[in-house]
Amino acid sequence: MVDKKIVLHFPKRLVDRPIVSHLIKDHDLEFNILKASVTQDEEGLMVLELKGKQEEYDKGIAYLKEAGVIIESLSQNVIRNEERCTHCGACITICPVGVFELDTTTRQIKFQEKKCIACGICIKTCPPRAMELHF
Amino acid sequence: MAKTIEEINQKIKKGEAVVFTAEEIIGVVKEKGLKEAAAEVDVVTTGTFGPMCSSGAYFNIGHSKPRIKLGGGRSYLNDVPAYTGLAAVDLFLGATATPDDDPRNKIHPGEFNYGGGHVIEELVAGKDVRLEATAYGTDCYPRKKLETWINIKDLNEAVLFNVRNAYQNYNVAVNLSNKTIYTYMGVLKPNLGNATYCSAGQLSPLLNDPYYKTIGIATKIFLGGGVGYVAWQGTQFNPTVARSENGVPKGGAGTLAVIGDLKQMSPRFLVGTSMLGYGPTLTVGIGVPIPILSEEILKYTTVTDDQIIGTVIDYSDAYPNRRNEPVGEVTYAQLKSGKITLQGKKVPTASLSSYPRAVEIANTLKDWIKTGKFELTQPVAYLPGPETGLTFKPLNERPIER
Ligand code: SF4
Ligand code: SF4
Repeated sequence: MVDKKIVLHFPKRLVDRPIVSHLIKDHDLEFNILKASVTQDEEGLMVLELKGKQEEYDKGIAYLKEAGVIIESLSQNVIRNEERCTHCGACITICPVGVFELDTTTRQIKFQEKKCIACGICIKTCPPRAMELHF
Repeated sequence: MAKTIEEINQKIKKGEAVVFTAEEIIGVVKEKGLKEAAAEVDVVTTGTFGPMCSSGAYFNIGHSKPRIKLGGGRSYLNDVPAYTGLAAVDLFLGATATPDDDPRNKIHPGEFNYGGGHVIEELVAGKDVRLEATAYGTDCYPRKKLETWINIKDLNEAVLFNVRNAYQNYNVAVNLSNKTIYTYMGVLKPNLGNATYCSAGQLSPLLNDPYYKTIGIATKIFLGGGVGYVAWQGTQFNPTVARSENGVPKGGAGTLAVIGDLKQMSPRFLVGTSMLGYGPTLTVGIGVPIPILSEEILKYTTVTDDQIIGTVIDYSDAYPNRRNEPVGEVTYAQLKSGKITLQGKKVPTASLSSYPRAVEIANTLKDWIKTGKFELTQPVAYLPGPETGLTFKPLNERPIER
């Protein structure tokens, strides 16, 4: 079983093609789109979490490569230092993908690590510097 | 039935005091009614935990052999400059002090990863701190240079002394411009992209005693995990701001100057903090007990977030240019829901102060009082209320002719 986050770069000519839907249809993989956007040069960028058997995962990656998608793995991880986090909530409106969620009863801030795309924006905006980059 | 602080202290000593937090008391009064609750309840505890820039600490480091007079020279703690304009070996370190070689905002926004607030946190945590000093030398204090490790346990005095903490209400910050700005109210996204606030609302000390009927000079408080006292009204004290019908100010009003033994405090409640593009500071935990001396005083402590109004200010233009042009008013209940509506737009909100830790402070203080560890004090003088007409004056510049 593998569970990996990858960054996909779609060259301009591939942006309109249903590559990800084929990937999912033809392979036994669970997926989660963490971020999808089109850059200024009209290239597609997608951060994807893929989960499934190693064999299926490898086949899926091979399919993407063949289709012309450039793949990078998310080698860096952003984690929260639980000792330093004060649960202030300053990060909530800063994270571009909504990783931080307010629990309205305890008023604690949930860090939903699985959604994180390791963009690093929260690292310098967290006032007590509780968010850390790990390689 | 009116009580006195003396009577409450008798009950505290016997371990019989009835204490609730400012959050719990809301339900208690709803259930029992004001009259019955005022007879039963002795103390309501409050709490707040947020970045407070006008914080600092002074130290007496002891005399070296041969002696050195730090006063008038330069002293650094872990490269952060300390104020030396005092006697031979007294130093004051402010929370926003920044190392001389910090790039500051040269590359905007500056990171400000380390400053006075961080040194205070490290000292409190018991870590060794590097002191480097130069002096001009005198006949009685001949030494000109000193480099040594210091530790809080070896200092004669280490005292937290904050000239302005625990703001009674505060601005809600937004950005109406079209570019991101970096402020002491955090990162504000363009075009009303977010709104930030910094108050514990219904748990905040001065919002539970809006007319300063019980909190005064010499009030004993929870400060940074230890015990402290209200030393004076805080700077920028402004009791005459607009208030709602319930007496709660709609913007920054009262403040507290507080003092306490740093040696008893804990890094959980004094946290070195960095505001991107703004500077380093210290996040301070404060809890103030409110003695329930009358029904009126109890009533003030039942204030709820939907009765506390915050004024929304644009930090891209109105605030820096000191123009009094509020964007709107919102309640803390709206702020805490995660979204407010401004100019027809839904704006996500974020807090800079930690409500969970404010609750922890109010609960800790409650436990201290219930178990007889913390008795209340009678203020020796009260803070200036709205009847004094005191206002917070701006600086009107007068050109210096040359
Ligand atoms: S900004 Fe930092 S300290 Fe505050 S809740 Fe987020 S991670 Fe925790
Ligand atoms: S690195 Fe921080 S800001 Fe970026 S996605 Fe992860 S949690 Fe959000």
